Formats: sequence, structure tokens, C-alpha cells
Amino acid sequence: MRELINGAQAIVRGAIHSGCNFFAGYPITPATDILLYMIRELPKVGGIAIQAEDEIASMGFCIGAAMTGKRVMTATSGPGISLYSENIGLAIMGEVPMVIVDVQRMGPATGGATSVAQGDIQFLRWGTSGGYPVIVLSPTSVAECYSLTCKAFDLAELFRIPVFLATDKETALTISTVDAEMFEKVPVRERQIASAQADFVPYRATAPDEVPVFSPYGGAHILRFTTSTHDEHGQLTKSPEKVRKLNERLAAKVETHLDEIAMVKTDMQPGAETLIISYGVTTKSVEEAITAARERGRQVSSLTIHSLWPVPEKEIKSALSGVRKVIVPELNLGQYSLEVERLATNGIEVVGIHRVDGELISPEEILEQGGLK
Amino acid sequence: MSDQAVTTYLDETLLPYFFCPGCGHGMITDHLNAALVKLQLDPHKVVIVTDIGCSGLADKYFTTNAFHGLHGRSVTYATGIKLANPELKVIVLMGDGGCGIGGHHLINAARRNIGVTVIVFNNFNYGMTGGEHSVTTPLGGFTTSTPFGQLEYPMDICQTVAVNGASFVARTTSFDKGLSDLLGEAIRNDGFSLVDIWELCTAYYVPNNRYSKSMLEHTLTSLNFSTGVIHQATRAEYSRAYRQSVADEAGKAAVAFRPILPKYRSDLDRRVGIIIAGAAGKKINSAATLFCRGAILSGLWATQRNDYPVTVKSGHSVSEIILAPKEIGFSGITKPEVMLLLFKEGSLTVHSQLAAMNEEDTLIINNDILPDQTTAKLIPIDFNQTGRWASKKEYWTIIALSKLLSEIQIYPLEAFKEAVGERSEFAEDNLAAIEAGEKLR
Repeated sequence: MRELINGAQAIVRGAIHSGCNFFAGYPITPATDILLYMIRELPKVGGIAIQAEDEIASMGFCIGAAMTGKRVMTATSGPGISLYSENIGLAIMGEVPMVIVDVQRMGPATGGATSVAQGDIQFLRWGTSGGYPVIVLSPTSVAECYSLTCKAFDLAELFRIPVFLATDKETALTISTVDAEMFEKVPVRERQIASAQADFVPYRATAPDEVPVFSPYGGAHILRFTTSTHDEHGQLTKSPEKVRKLNERLAAKVETHLDEIAMVKTDMQPGAETLIISYGVTTKSVEEAITAARERGRQVSSLTIHSLWPVPEKEIKSALSGVRKVIVPELNLGQYSLEVERLATNGIEVVGIHRVDGELISPEEILEQGGLK
Repeated sequence: MSDQAVTTYLDETLLPYFFCPGCGHGMITDHLNAALVKLQLDPHKVVIVTDIGCSGLADKYFTTNAFHGLHGRSVTYATGIKLANPELKVIVLMGDGGCGIGGHHLINAARRNIGVTVIVFNNFNYGMTGGEHSVTTPLGGFTTSTPFGQLEYPMDICQTVAVNGASFVARTTSFDKGLSDLLGEAIRNDGFSLVDIWELCTAYYVPNNRYSKSMLEHTLTSLNFSTGVIHQATRAEYSRAYRQSVADEAGKAAVAFRPILPKYRSDLDRRVGIIIAGAAGKKINSAATLFCRGAILSGLWATQRNDYPVTVKSGHSVSEIILAPKEIGFSGITKPEVMLLLFKEGSLTVHSQLAAMNEEDTLIINNDILPDQTTAKLIPIDFNQTGRWASKKEYWTIIALSKLLSEIQIYPLEAFKEAVGERSEFAEDNLAAIEAGEKLR
């Protein structure tokens, strides 16, 4: 059974199937479709969806709602992520589980509202003060818009952190034929709620990478939330020991759990000395290029990265083994290739293929510029 | 909550307050506590949301829930909390600084009449960062960032929210003996409440201006700013109004899978790229989607990539359609097998794709458009000869697609007819347009 659907609809379906029950957003091309679908669909499942007065308020509403126990999502594009920035930091600090969709368009600034790009890939990782980690997933197809949205909600619950879905104008708005079986069901865990009987301390962690147990506003326990550096009670502190513990834990809870986050797909050809690493919309071109190259007798492997941040270093290093040349096609001037470059030691040549003109990188361009003709 | 009355909502182990000697913040905090004691609210059902600034230190003393957020954004967190759980009493404590940077949120919270109570600790300057001027600094007031006197007129916070839909608005000073009653009244109000409380900043505004209680009262009168309850209105509270407005939606099937079941047969054995080069507002995209549905009804796979400027009714509109007997990967088209060149706006954006076409490809072209040099097989359409359709340009795409299916074996025209008949109030006209396309010579 097939249907005709775009990525935005698949994201909304994924969100609702994941139990999302609160959405706030502000209109911005090319993410508006998600806002409009959410406003129509969420009330059907008893959820709340609202257009806020701006992107800052969208994040504020979501964060407030998340702390009452709602499963929240917002969606925007690059200029909106700029405005989300301060609250991304707050969500990291207060350990707010939430999903943020970035439907990337061409930058900088207002850039090209209706043009595709992958220019936010480093920005999403480093887009707020302090440099603390977030999780970024990137779907390569409409079907993955569904499954990775579900995964994003699951990881948000597991780590109490903002999880980004980095998609783009083409993936979100190109209408595609999708078979029902292609929508991969991803289980989303329930939020762990402190029992009414237990002692509850809002930010207590017994291990250096532990995620504190949650209790919602209006629940059995009193909850203190703060944007400031705090002790386990959620009270402001400057105690170096407590501050260090908190800050190291905010990083460790993600970075020491890479195995629970890393998602890649490999298509390795034994003996191939060329590897193509891609993510998001560019992957479709890579797949076609690989097929064409192999038909011509070329040996080439590919690695698709679904979890961009934290960088799945183990998986990338493993794919790089035995490789002499790695090709990284991206709709930017070379962003994720920076991560590949730092991992591609032993003289591996890193070749970036870039487009920043609002057009897609075609399979033909990958074959040509990658020396696979 | 136990049956015993709550005698205080303050954690007395944390007292005395951390505020400067003589600062009004402690007085306001005491009055808020007294108001809560009078109201006997369950501390689990109260959330005190604070902004940045000295007033943001106040939440720590309360035994209720607390949320200390970013500068100016406290009203947005409060709105999210209230929207998500209308049972909660949500109280925002913010300074005049927060009212400046977050003024936009204040206005919109008032417009919604969202059920939060905003208590403004208004001391005319930024106490936490060193005594800079704020939106409420009186004219001529000396602050560290207005060493030559304030030139900007003070914002009337109360009137700002009152004219924008707030349902309870009051102004007073921290010296008001009845402040706790006033705060209680504000908290009891179901919708958006704001109490603007004028007070002294003994660290900065008082020494920098030789300011005093009597001067504060003089500022109030000289500005003609009234005190007491300034405005009250009866309006539906937003979090409940929202629930009421969507009540009929509950239980409807959300994000349902809407399969398109194949009923027709296509012998297409390769991937075909079709570009429709048109103009915005001429239903290019919707016609293309119907065409794709027809393809799926015929057992094919389809993708449709749209390109358009930010304007909706002017400029180009181009749809790139790929049809194939199997799943489609890359959804771009560098060399189309078919192009429908229907409007000159679209023709301007497809030059390179048109140039890539050769004698095996087909160009269906509006007679009024002069094609670039092309070797593609030309099928001209004279829309002026289409009778009633000549002036109905929004049906030209359907006509041209019908012509395409009549000329080239892609999928049965009947499937296209079924696709356009399935939905929308335009079904009848779309069907008639397909028939017009079929009859074209």
C-alpha cells in the first residue's frame, strides 16, 4: 500500500505516533508545513499546537510545557534556529526533553527561503553558548523523516536533552511515494517519573553521566528549574565542585553513551579504496552514484550518517579503514567534512563536493568530482 | 496537600533575603507570601516563574514549584506551563528590565489572556548589572548608562497590557499596606493579570538620583499614572478557550495513512523525468500532485519536487515530477524526458534543463512561448483554441498533462481522471479539462 506524502507530513506522523502532545512554532519557509499540520492534527489526539509570537516564544512555550510532562516539538529553519539559540542553552542546562526540527534553507541570514541547503550542520552543534553537546539526527528520505522523528523523541526522553532533526527543504517538501512498510516503527520510551513516595531532588545524579529522574510541575513533588548553574536542588551555586560536577555531567551523559545514539548505514565493497560519506538529502545522490560507479566496474563504499552529533567516531573510523580517498558531498562549503578530516588520519585524502546555489548535488557530479567516472 | 492550613510559603531556613538593605524586593516578596497564605493554594499547584535580574532571586525562597528562566522570556515559559496544565497557578516575577526585553511577550500574553499573573518589581533601573536605564526610568533620571539624564519616555506597562487584552491590571508601590490583597486579587483572576509595583533600588537609583519614597510618589503623579486596579475585563482564559475551540476534533483520525491503491496498469519500464514550467497561482503544484496520484493508481512510483519564489501569486512555479516502475532515489532532474512549457515565468528558470533535452525527448509548449533552440520533439498547444479554457489558465496544466498522456504511453488517462475525481471542489472542472486535453489536435 502506497501513499503520496512529503517529509513534513511524515515528521508530524512520527511525532504524533511518538506521543507528542505539545507543539509551538512560528511560520517560516520551508518549515511552515509542519506548524500547519500540527495545528490541525494535534487536537485530534488531545494535544496542543500553537503559533507563538516569535521563535523565542515558540521555544519558551515548549520548554514550559515539557516541564509539566508534555512531549514537545517545535520546527523552524536556519533563521529561526538563530532565535532559538538562547533557549537551546536553557534546555541543555535545565535538561529539557524536546525535539527541534530544522528544515534547512540556504543561508546566510534570510538567504534563500525556498532553496535547499545543509548549512546548519555545525551551527546546530555549536549554536548556543558554552559548547555543551546536543543530539542531531538527519533523515535521508521521507520514510526516515518518520522513523528518525520517533528516534529523536526516544533519545530526548533517554537523555533529557534537545534532539534536533536536521532536515532540509527538499526532504521536507518533496512529495514522494512511500510504501506503508517503509515507515519503520521505532519504540519511544516513556518518561521516567519519580514515584510519589520516593524522595525527589530535581537534579540529583549519583553517577557522573546520570540523567536525573523527572517529576512534572503539578505532580507529586515540588520541582525547581533554573537556567543558572545549580546544585542538585536546582538552587543557584558558584561552588566550584558542584559547578564542575554539573557541567561535566551535562557533557558526559551524552558523550559517554555514543553507542546508544550512533546510527549509520554502511554499504561497503570489499577492497574499495574510495569511501563516500553523506547525510540527509545528499545521500540519495550518493546511492545512485554508487550504483552507477559499480556498474562501471569501480570499487567504492559508502557510509550514511543518521546521527550527525555526537559524531559517531567509531563507525567513521571503522569505515575509513583501508580507504585512501573519502568523498564528502554537502550542500554547504564543507562542514561535516571537518569532522571527517580530523578522523581521516594516515594520509587519507578528503575530497569535499559542495553546492551553495540552491540546487541539489546530482549523482553525475559525485561521479565526476569524486573521480569515479 | 494536608488538611492543615499553610502558614507560610517561604522556606524560612533561607531567610533573611539576599536583597540589598532597603530594597523593595523583600517587601514585595513578603506580600506575595501573605497573598498565597490567604489563598491557601496547594504549593504543588503553584509555579513561580522568575526572570533575570534581582527579582529573579525571589523564587528560591518559595516552597512552591519554581522556574528561573532567561531574561525577558519568563512570560513564555509561564504561557507554556499554563497552556499545558490549566490547573496550575502560574505567577511570574519580573523586573522593569524584563518588561523591556520581553515586552513583546507581555503584549501577546495579554492578547491571549493566558492565565498567568505577572508581578513587576519596577525600580527604574537594572540593579543586577550595575544600574543601567530601563524602559521605566523616569525622564531625566540618572543611571549609569544615562549619566546625562534619561531622554526616553517611560513605558506605561499597565496601559500597554490593558489596551492589549489583559483582564486584570493594577499599579501600586511596595509601600502599599494593601499590597497582599491586591496580589491575591490578581492571582485569583482567571485570565492574564499584571501588577506593576513601583519601588526603590537602594543600590543605584536612590543614590544616583537622591531618590526617595516621596519622590517616587511625585513621579507617579507627574506622569499622571493612576494607581490601584486600573483595568478589569471579562474574557475567556486562553488555555481553556483553546481546549474548547478544538473540542470537536478529539478522537478524529490523526495523521492517517491514506493509501492510493493501484487499479490501472502502466507498462512504463524506465524512469521518466517531467518538468512543468509554469507560473505561480496557476495550480501547477496541485495539478502535478494529481498527476502523481494517477501514476500511483497505475502502480508507478512518483516524486514531485517544487520550485517557487517566496511569493504565492506571482513569479515562476516549477514542478519536477519523476515517475518510475520502482522506488525513486535522487529526486532532481538534470535532463527531463518531458517538459511542459506553459507560462513564460517558468520558462526563465528551466534553460539548462531545456538545453539538455534531445530528439528523444518531448516538449509540450504553449504556442505563445517561443522556445529556445531545441531538438526535442515539439507538441504545441494553442490554448486560445480551447474554447472556455482559453481564459482559465489555472486549468492549462491539467489540459497539457492530459495531452501528454494521450500522446505518450506513460499511464492510462483513466487513472488521471480518477485521481482528479477523487478530491476537491474542482473535480468537475478538472475532469472537463482532461477531456479538453484529450480532444486537442
